[in-house]
Amino acid sequence: MQKNKHYTGMKVVIYIVCIFLAILSIFPFWIMIINATRSTYEIQQHAISFLPSKFLVKNWNILTGKSFNVLRGFTNSMIISVCSTALNVYFSSLTAYALVIYDWKLRNAFFKFIMAIMMIPAQVTMIGFYQMVYKIHMTNNMLMLILPSIAAPAVVFFMRQYLQPTLSPEIVQSARIDGAGEFRTFNTIVLPIMKPAIATQAIFGFVNSWNNLFTPMVLLTDQKKYTMPIMVSLLKGDIYKTEFGSIYLGLTLTVLPLFIVYFALSKYIIAGVALGSVKG
Amino acid sequence: MRNKKSVKYAKYGYLFSLPFIITFLIFSLYPIFYTLVIGFTDMKGIGATKFHILDDPLGNFKTVLSNRTFKMALKNTVIIWLGNFIPQIVLALLLTAWFTDRRCKVKGQGVFKVLFYMPNIITAATIAILFGALFAYPTSPMNDLFHSLGWAKEPIYFLQNKKLAKGVIIFIQTWMWYGYTMVVMISGVLGINPEIFEAAEVDGANRTQTFFYITLPQIKTILLFTLVTSVVGGLNMFDIPKLFLDGGPDNATITTSVFIYKQAFAGSYLYNRAAAASVIMFIIIAIISAIMFRILKEDDPESAYAGKKRRVRNAEK
Repeated sequence: MQKNKHYTGMKVVIYIVCIFLAILSIFPFWIMIINATRSTYEIQQHAISFLPSKFLVKNWNILTGKSFNVLRGFTNSMIISVCSTALNVYFSSLTAYALVIYDWKLRNAFFKFIMAIMMIPAQVTMIGFYQMVYKIHMTNNMLMLILPSIAAPAVVFFMRQYLQPTLSPEIVQSARIDGAGEFRTFNTIVLPIMKPAIATQAIFGFVNSWNNLFTPMVLLTDQKKYTMPIMVSLLKGDIYKTEFGSIYLGLTLTVLPLFIVYFALSKYIIAGVALGSVKG
Repeated sequence: MRNKKSVKYAKYGYLFSLPFIITFLIFSLYPIFYTLVIGFTDMKGIGATKFHILDDPLGNFKTVLSNRTFKMALKNTVIIWLGNFIPQIVLALLLTAWFTDRRCKVKGQGVFKVLFYMPNIITAATIAILFGALFAYPTSPMNDLFHSLGWAKEPIYFLQNKKLAKGVIIFIQTWMWYGYTMVVMISGVLGINPEIFEAAEVDGANRTQTFFYITLPQIKTILLFTLVTSVVGGLNMFDIPKLFLDGGPDNATITTSVFIYKQAFAGSYLYNRAAAASVIMFIIIAIISAIMFRILKEDDPESAYAGKKRRVRNAEK
C-alpha cells in the first residue's frame, strides 16, 4: 500500500515535468501560427494571444508582395529534396547490396573506409566544393545540390546493417538459376525486401535535404533558385522589418509541410530514430 | 565450389559500388584536397579562381590561429556545445529512466515522445528566425510576457545582452535535441535483456540503483556514440547562430562555421583564410572522433555498431 503511495507522488512529478516540456515544444509554434493571422497593430499591442484574428489574407498579400515567393521556394525545395532522396536511397541500397552479397577483394577495406568518412561534415569541405562548382559555372545549378547525395556513407552503413541479417544468399541464388541478371535481381527482388529500411531513410533524407541551409546558401545566388530555408532567411531582412504578421506567416508556411509529414508519419519517424537513424 | 562462384560474381561488387565511389571522389574527396590546397595560397577576392602558393605556406594557418575572432568563435562553439549537451543528456536520461521504468508505467508516452522530438524535425533556419522574433525589441512575445507579469516596465533589449544571446542559442539547441537523444536512449534500454532487470529486482535493487548500476553501463556504447555525433554536429553548428543573430552581438554567438562562412562569402572573400580555418576544424574533428572511437573499441570488441545492429534486427520483430 505504501509503495503505491510512493509511486503516485513520483507519477505526479513525472506528469508535471512531461506536460511542461510538451507545452514548451508547442508554445513557440502556437504563437507563430496565431500571430500569422494577426495584424501588426494587434501584435504590437499584445504579442501573445491564444486566439486567431482575421488578417491572414492581408498578411499573405504583404508577404507575397515582396521578395518572399512561397510557391517558388516550395517548388525548388521539392525538386531538390525528392530527387536527392531518390538518388540517396537507391544508390545507398545498391552499394550496401554490393557490400553484403558479393565477395570481392576490397570489400572489407571499402566498408572500413565508409565508416571512416561517415563523420566528415559538409562544412569543412565547402570552400573547395564552392571553388570547384564556381569554376565550371554551375553555382546556380540544382544538380550540384542533388548529385552529391548519391554518395551517403551513413545511409550505406545503415542499409548494410539492415541487409546483412535480412537477405539470405539462397534467394539471390535461386534468382540466378531462374536466369535473372544481377542488376535485375537487385531491382526486382532485393529492393522490395529493403522497403522498411528505405522508407525510414527516405523520410530522414527528405527532411535533411529540405532543411539544409548551408550548401544552398553558399551556392545559390539566383533568386529564382532559392530553396525554402533561404526564403526564410529573407524574412530577417529589412524589407519585412515591421510587418510582424507576415513574418510569422512566412515562417508558418515553411514549416507547414513538415508538420503535415511529421504528424502523418510520426510513428514511423520515432521508430526510425530509435533504429539509430542518420541525422545529417 | 563456393569460392569459384564468388570469383565469377566479384566484378559486380565493384560495379555496384562504382556510382558511390565516383560521386565521393568528385564531390567529397576532391573538395577536401582542394580546400587543403587553397589553405596554402593567396586566393581571395570575389570571383577569384587563380591562386599561388604563399611564400610562407603556413601563413594563412598562422593568421587564423592568431585571429581574435577565430579564437572567440572556437571558444563560443565549445561553450555552446557543452552548454547544450550537458542539460540535453541529463534530461534525456531522466526521461528515459521514467519511460522505461518497469515498476511504474507512464501513460501517454507515445504522445510525449512525438511532442518532445518535434522541434528536431523543423527547419533550423525557421526556428532561428522564430526565436529572433520571440525575443525581439521592442515588440515581442517575450517582452509582452515580462510586461504582463510585471517583471519589466520598459521593453527589454534581450538580444543586446551577450550572455543572454548565447543562452538563448544554448536553449534552442537543447530544446531541439533532447527529444532525439531520449528516443535513442530509450531504444537502447529496450534492447537490454529483460532478465538482467528481473535479476536486479529479485536481488532487491531499488530504481536508482538499477538505473545507475544496470541500465547506464548497458547503454554505454550508445551514450558514447551519441557523444561522438553530438561533438561533430556541435563543432559544425551553423544554421541557428547564423540566422539568429548572425554571430552577434559583438561576436558573442559566432561559431567556427559562421566564421568560415563570413571569411569566404561575406566582406572580403578571403577563401584562403576560410580554407585554412576549415582544415583546422577538420583536424580537430578527426582527432576527437579518433579518440572516441578508440575508447569505443576498447570498451566493446564488437565496436559501437553492435548495439545498432541489434536494434536493426529487433525492429523487424
